[in-house]
Amino acid sequence: MKQYFTRKLFIYLLTFFIAVTIDWLIPRFMPGNPVQVLLARASLHAEAAKEMYSYYTKAFGLDLPLWKQYLNFWIAIFHGDLGTSILLFPQPVIKIIIRAVPYDIFLLLPSILLSWFAGNKFGAFAARTKWLDNTVLPIGYILTATPYMWLAILLGWVLAMVFPIFPLAYASSPAMKLSFSWIFIGDYLWHWILPFSSLFLVMFGGWAIGMRNMIIYELEADYSHYLEALGAPRKLVRRYAFRNAILPQVTGLALQLGIIMAGALVTEVVFSYPGIGYLILGAIQNQDFFLIQGCFLFIIIEVLIANFLIDVLYIIIDPRIRIGMGGKSA
Amino acid sequence: MSLKVKNLKVYYQTLRGDVKALDGATFTIEDGEIMGLAGESGCGKSTLSNSLILLKPPMRFVEGRVELDNEELPIWDMEKMNHFRFKKISTIPQYAMNAMNPIRKIGKMVSEILKSKKVDYKSTLPELKRRLDLVELSHDVLNMYPIELSGGMKQRMVMVLSTLMNPSLLMADEITSALDVSTQKAVAKMLVEFRNRELVKKLMVITHDISILYQIADSIMIMYAGKLAEKAPTSVIINSPRHPYTKLLISSLPDIGVKYSQRKLTGIPGKPPLLLDPPTGCRFRERCPVAFQKCLNEEPPFMEIKKGHFIACWKEFEKNA
Repeated sequence: MKQYFTRKLFIYLLTFFIAVTIDWLIPRFMPGNPVQVLLARASLHAEAAKEMYSYYTKAFGLDLPLWKQYLNFWIAIFHGDLGTSILLFPQPVIKIIIRAVPYDIFLLLPSILLSWFAGNKFGAFAARTKWLDNTVLPIGYILTATPYMWLAILLGWVLAMVFPIFPLAYASSPAMKLSFSWIFIGDYLWHWILPFSSLFLVMFGGWAIGMRNMIIYELEADYSHYLEALGAPRKLVRRYAFRNAILPQVTGLALQLGIIMAGALVTEVVFSYPGIGYLILGAIQNQDFFLIQGCFLFIIIEVLIANFLIDVLYIIIDPRIRIGMGGKSA
Repeated sequence: MSLKVKNLKVYYQTLRGDVKALDGATFTIEDGEIMGLAGESGCGKSTLSNSLILLKPPMRFVEGRVELDNEELPIWDMEKMNHFRFKKISTIPQYAMNAMNPIRKIGKMVSEILKSKKVDYKSTLPELKRRLDLVELSHDVLNMYPIELSGGMKQRMVMVLSTLMNPSLLMADEITSALDVSTQKAVAKMLVEFRNRELVKKLMVITHDISILYQIADSIMIMYAGKLAEKAPTSVIINSPRHPYTKLLISSLPDIGVKYSQRKLTGIPGKPPLLLDPPTGCRFRERCPVAFQKCLNEEPPFMEIKKGHFIACWKEFEKNA
């Protein structure tokens, strides 16, 4: 067990290191210069602009050689300092991100978990009901093949513009002040439904189809036939099949996390939802190196933690892995 | 008490039509009898045993009647059969090594199966442990997952589980085919032991390995291309078979003391007919050395020519007459 986790930890650290390095590289490959973007907003005299340019370049540490910038970047990370945003100058990046994160978590966590549970349950159910299998699953195939943002645009168009039931943008009405009142929570949920549904529906389709196929496969497995031969009731056979079929679905969840994150980014952009995805769009448009880095760093950490949790979960639900590990370390 | 099968026909449904894998089987297994069922691959052995316990698509019940201890088995009805499965009729499947749910502890799995059949696990546990002793498995296996057992252990566990309710009829389908020779013998002996202790009343042992049957079976039934060819006490089948197919089958077994570098081991030339559209008459006639005109047109019935000796062959009927 210990050996397993040490190895996993090493792999996670290595992944973190490589991902963060790429995260640092990417903005620097972009054409253009962030300081110029900043100065362009304040229309200054050519003379003053030159002065300010060298001042800000120094202040952001962009005059240093690249290797030194890279080193400083790592040192700053360990001090919890992600730099100062250019888009929202002069706020520190970490503050901006912390403000955006709750919106992300309340949008992503429910949509990922609920779609996973509901999709698996529904898929297992559809596998044993012929008419559902023939009617609803094709819809599942369409849903899972739909790009997140396309469904988001479609939902926004139909349910916010053609039939103005839900608001089209933002996480709450602009007049609302952030507070823990029922009115605010109601308003928040009202804004939350469309982005949530567009994420939920796409993922739901994928999980339902995966589960349906797995169940059909497991019901043809030898242990299922043996249970039937012993006259076990259908309920028990289905239960065993479901428990076995859920394992690859957990693996699927781990594999999907990165894709789901990317999907969430564009969904947020569609609904102007003030999460990390929306920030990234603004940051890229303004060449805000530090905000881009900060947002991606956050996503990297999020995905790694989620993957780690799934690794642990796998040990809990699959005895074969647990036993295999016990045998190795003993 | 006995198992009586009358004119049982079970076909496989395919897009190209019915495959007549079991085309009219009539036989009886008495209490205390171990009947071996032998024949080449695809002759319908497994179809026969499967149809008695788990007849489901693509298998299709055509006609016939199965009686177990004077009670008719509704083998065509998946739900109604649940009442008989496990308690009255049970099986050790061909795939015994993969038969247990890989992610349940064996004891837990057994308890869940028993519970689903409304049998109390706690009160069955002492008997379960006695059975484990009988097959020389440690009681610890109940706390293990199937992957922690070797193939042979898994198979013995399945034997214990399948026979836990003292079924009247047990079917063992190719259970020795994946084992080495010494383990084969041990498993075969266990089957006999189960019968001797009356844990099961009668057994149907399906195999293509006649030497195993020679050791344990009281009678042997030979199948060919979906039909019964011959059934007789073991010694009769081995020493004085009457059906030409049985004769060729027995003679193609290697003998001890014969050097096969000098005398080549012979098989039966030809292939069995396709069962999608089987020929009329006797299905063995194309490979049969003694076939004559009658075999071409008329199908030989499966008849008793001596007490306990059934065959389906026109030539032998003539000799007997």
